[in-house]
Formats: sequence, C-alpha cells, structure tokens
Amino acid sequence: MNRRTMGKALMGLATGAAMLALGVGAAGAQEKMKVGFVYVGPISDHGYSYQHDQGRLAVEKELGDKVTTTFVENVPEGADAERVIEQLASSGHKLIFTTSFGFMNPTLKVAQRHPDVKFEHATGYKRSANVATYSARFYEARTVIGQIAGKMTKSNIIGYIGSFPIPEVVSGINAFTIAMREVNPKAEVRVVWVNSWYDPGKEAEAAKALIDQGADVISLHTDSPAAIQVAQERGLWVFGQSSDMTRFGPKAHLTAIVDDWREYYVNRVKAALDGSWKSQDTWGGFKDHMLFLAPYNPALPADVVAAAEKTRTDIMEGKRHSFQGPVKDQSGKVVIAEGKQATDEQILKMDWYVEGVQGKVPK
Amino acid sequence: MTLLRLEPRGEASRAMVYATPLLAVALTLASGFLLFWAMGFDPVKALHAFFIAPLMSLRGLGELAVKATPLVLCAIGLAIGFRANVWNIGAEGQLTLGAITGGGLALAFYGEGGWWLLPLMIVAGMAGGALWAAIPAFLRVRFNASEILTSLMLNYVALHLLNYLMHGPYRDPDGFAFPESRLFEADAVLPLLVAGTRVHLGSLFALLAVAAGWFLMARTFIGFQIKVIGLTPTAAGYAGFNQKKIIWLTLLLSGALAGLAGLGEVAGPIGQMNPTISPGYGYTAIIVAFLGRLHPVGILLAGFLMALSFIGGEAAQIALGLPKAITGVFQGMLLFFLLATDVLIRYRVRFGAKRAVVGRAAA
Repeated sequence: MNRRTMGKALMGLATGAAMLALGVGAAGAQEKMKVGFVYVGPISDHGYSYQHDQGRLAVEKELGDKVTTTFVENVPEGADAERVIEQLASSGHKLIFTTSFGFMNPTLKVAQRHPDVKFEHATGYKRSANVATYSARFYEARTVIGQIAGKMTKSNIIGYIGSFPIPEVVSGINAFTIAMREVNPKAEVRVVWVNSWYDPGKEAEAAKALIDQGADVISLHTDSPAAIQVAQERGLWVFGQSSDMTRFGPKAHLTAIVDDWREYYVNRVKAALDGSWKSQDTWGGFKDHMLFLAPYNPALPADVVAAAEKTRTDIMEGKRHSFQGPVKDQSGKVVIAEGKQATDEQILKMDWYVEGVQGKVPK
Repeated sequence: MTLLRLEPRGEASRAMVYATPLLAVALTLASGFLLFWAMGFDPVKALHAFFIAPLMSLRGLGELAVKATPLVLCAIGLAIGFRANVWNIGAEGQLTLGAITGGGLALAFYGEGGWWLLPLMIVAGMAGGALWAAIPAFLRVRFNASEILTSLMLNYVALHLLNYLMHGPYRDPDGFAFPESRLFEADAVLPLLVAGTRVHLGSLFALLAVAAGWFLMARTFIGFQIKVIGLTPTAAGYAGFNQKKIIWLTLLLSGALAGLAGLGEVAGPIGQMNPTISPGYGYTAIIVAFLGRLHPVGILLAGFLMALSFIGGEAAQIALGLPKAITGVFQGMLLFFLLATDVLIRYRVRFGAKRAVVGRAAA
C-alpha cells in the first residue's frame, strides 16, 4: 500500500514534468505595469467582489495600453491570503489591491518584504510607507435607504441581514435606523447575522426568518442576491447591496447601494504610473463617486423618491450628516449630543446600536 | 449487448498498482488539456502553471509544506480512526478548538510571555482538540450515538464558539472592533524552519506524526487491535479486544492531532486569531486520508498532492487568468481519476459481451 501510493505520486510528478518541460517557453518581456487584485469572494457574486472587478475592468479600459491586470478570486482570509499576495508581489506586480478587511495583516507582511511594490488595502486601518487604505462611506447610502424603508413599511418591522458585527456594518445599521425613525418613529429594525460575506444559502434562510417575524422590507449587508430572490417570491421590498441587483427581483428591488471603485482605481493606477503615488487613507462617499444608488423601483411613490433624492444631495453637499445629534443608544442615553455629528473615529469604532434596533451587538 | 465490462481479477494486479497512478495522471493531463483548450486558454501553459511553476522556487516548495501541514496532521489521526471503523468527521471542529485553546493562551499572556509560552500553547492546543473529540467518544461509548453525526455537528458549534470569542474576549482592544485578535508576540509564534519561507515547526510535527502513526499501526499491539477491529469486529470481540478503549484512543488521538494543526495555523502562518482559521482543512483531510489509502506515508504524499492542486490553482489564476471555477473542476478531475482508476487493480476491462468460456468457468 505504501509503495503503491508513493509510486503514484512520484510517477505523477515525473510525467507532469516530462510533459510540461517541453512547453516552457521564455516569458515575453513585460513592458506594461502589472496591477494585481485580490478578492475575498467570486467575481460572480454580483455584489462586493463583482464591483471591485468592475473597477479593475475600468483600469483595463482606460489604461490598457500602459498596464495589465491580474486578479485572484475567492481567497480565504486565513493563512492563504499571504501566499496569494506574495505570489502577486514576486511575479512582477507593482500595485496590488487587496479588497477585504481580513487581508490587512497579510498585506502588511508582504509589503514589508517588497518595499518597491505599492499596496492598497480596502476597509482596513493599518498603513505603512507602501500600504495605502481606502474605503467608502457606505453609511451615507444607508441613510437614504433607511428613509425609504421607513416610508414603505406597513408592518413597521424591517429585516436586516448582517455579515459580521464589525463597525462598517454596525454603523450602517445605525445610519439606516436613524433615518428610518426620523420619518417613522414606530418602525424598528431586526438583525440576523450570517457570519459570512457570501453564503447564498444562509442569506436566503435569514431573509425567510426575518419575513416570518413580520418584516416587510429587507436590507442586507452581505454580498449575494439570494435575499432579493426571496423577497421577490414573497412579494415584499428589498434593497440590493454593493451592486444593482434589480434583475434578481425586479418587483421587489427598491434600489441598491452601489459601490463604485472605478474612479478611485483608475486614479491610483495613474498615480503609480506617473510616480505621484503616496500611502494615504481615502474614505469617500457620494461626493467622491465611491457610492451611488441604483435606479429607483418605478413602484416607489414620487414623493418618496423626491425625499430620497433630497437626502442624497444634502449628504453630497454636506448639508446633512448620517449621524447628526442627538443620537441615542438603545438605553436611551445620548451618545452624540444635539448639534454635534459623529466623528470619523466614532463611526470607525462603532460597536453599539441606536434606539430602534432590536437585539444586541454580538460581543 | 455491453461493449465494455469489468471482470474481477483473481487477485490484485501488481502491475496495475503501479500503472494506475500513471494512468490517472495521464487522464488528468489529457482531459485538463482539453478543458483548458476548450475554454480558450493555452493548455500547456495552464498545466505548467498548475503543476510545475509552484515547485520551481524555494518559496513555492515552502508554501506546499505550509499548506500540506494541517492536512497531513489531521489526516494521520483520522486514518487511524477510520482503520478501526471510528468515523471522526469532526477534525474541522477539533482543529478550531486547538486554535482557540492554544491561541487563547497567547492572548492571555500577552506582554508577559517567555520561553515556556509556546510549549504550553502546543499542549493546550492538543488538549483542546482532544477534549472536543472526547464528546463524540463519550456519546458513542456511553449511548452508542453515531460519532459521524455528533462529531460533524460539533464542527458548527466550534465555529460559533470561535465567532463568539472573536467578537468578544479575543478581539484586539485597539482593533476598531474588527473580529481579529492582536498579533501574537514572538514568544507565541512557532519558529521558522527554513529562512525565506513560511515553513514552521508545525511541519516538523506533521512529519513526526507520520512516523509515529506508522509505528503505531505497524509495530504495536494497539495498532494490531485497531486493524482487527476494523476488519472483523466480531473476531476482535472473541479475542477480547476492548473496543471502547480503541474508540476513546482513536478519537482522542485524532482530536489532539487536529488541535495541533489548528494551533499550528494560528501560531504559524496566520500569527493571530481570526474568524477564518481554516478553509475547511478538517474536511479536506478526509479526502487526503483516503487518497493516501489510510497509510501514513501515503497520507504524506496525498497531502502534498492536495496542497499542490490548491496552490497550482492559484498560480494558474495569476499566470493565466484562469477562473477559479475552472481550477476547481480540474482539481476535481484529478481526484476523480486517482480514485476511479483504482478499479483496475481488482478488475480488468473486457470488450464485447461475456464469452461462454467465462460462463462455464463460473458455473
């Protein structure tokens, strides 16, 4: 048994080597700058990773004569991430975008070994000379859809599918709830955590569970369109996440928060090309074109659309802030005082719910 | 009217023992060639990226060892159990527990560690895995509950426990509420064995486990009992072998090895606690165990082959832009052919309908 298996593997390697050694041509000289992208999900998720890949395609389109791009999808946020990033760095990629939070420490480790390679890490907080960070102010868009939800709900129960209880998601729930309660003080938000960014099965189960509890509007902070399909079947309302998910449920899909990395990626690649690239932190919202809303469902009443558009433009013009005091936590304590706005640091560390959210932040 | 049929051989064919792996590899290469060609990729380059490129550098070989380490550690323990008909499907959970207990010590003694911390973590990791495996062992021995179900279910419990800890006690207090722990200090990290790679002490443990596993099965009375119980439980009963003892022993042993694998991940390449320690090593190890014919040396080779197919898939994505789904299909074909061609060891292929002579012989 022992010899059999050993023979199998040895022969496998030998055959592979013999067959392939013939085919190893000299790699052509690479004049164009290579840009790498690491995605946590599949690009077919129609959500978060898909949108990052749209950014990559925009880079190809605009700068295709100067750069080539590579991507690796479905990279787990464990021990594998460092290897993938290292492979990109050591295979001649000069600018590498690592697009999920869990890639933070692996990115920094690899960056330390490759001072000549530039790295861009999405949604993290650690930077170094050759590691920049970037993220979008997703909460701004949550304010707009929260307001729509408050006006559209009949049962006054909103279901919210969360991925992980991290500040990005918690601040989104809070921004949503604040805007919802402003137009409908009786409405409340119920959250189900699926502990995954992409798990269509669990996301669909979560949507069903929330609907069975009486929710008639679903908002999600996970990446698959599974919940959109459930809402379509049940004849309820739902908001898409990360990309326009209308086609998965045209009747149910009210609008979607769309992440837009195209402008940012093109600008950063240009900066790397002309030598002006610097490590920095970018946290962009509506006005930086990192976010926009998918087309509104024609079924939305005109006054709801008008109000949503006003909220969006007010945020864009700085007339409105998603966390405008007074903001109370669940115990009724004022956390953000009247006349004040939450600081960026308060938003980035948010691990508490505002009034109107049911349940507790998992701790 | 059968054109092809399988005819049992009197005894296993020695020639086929060596020929089938060759055949499997040839079939994999041929169908891979067709697959890549049909998808519009250069098949020779794709196969080269898959099988050869990862082996061409020290770092690549190191990554192979890093990836194979948890697979081999888990599979060695599982295989010993499988030989005794003890079906531990819970290596994933036991691995997670090992990371939780061992990694927890690194966090508990953060800032006050010493030379003693790492040995303590290793012991704690093994104890954690063994303890988790003790639950299905107890349920099987006491209530005759199927360890397949109980050990599988405990995987999910372990994952939830990890999630709970990562959002609470294990969370980095300065980490913006993200579910990651502090980076382990030098005292809590497994030393590297080869400079310029990520190969750590855990890989040595895996080799020791292979040797110890072989010794246990081939040279000890316990190993003999395990084999007899696995082959003919009734005979083992007449011989007075204590089956309960063997159930306890094999489950605790495989749990401890899986726990060690988990500790090796967090104290090795990851270097901190996070919610995604294992991309399913505990499940993949089941495949590795059977691919290695439940023999320690076979498992070592199977672990490397499995690791190569993962890493090769990434390399092909980077080098050629091969989609992840295609690399997954290719990996599946490799396993399929390796297992399917085994039928030729015990059967021979005959063309045409059954001949009369065979019928007479059978009669």
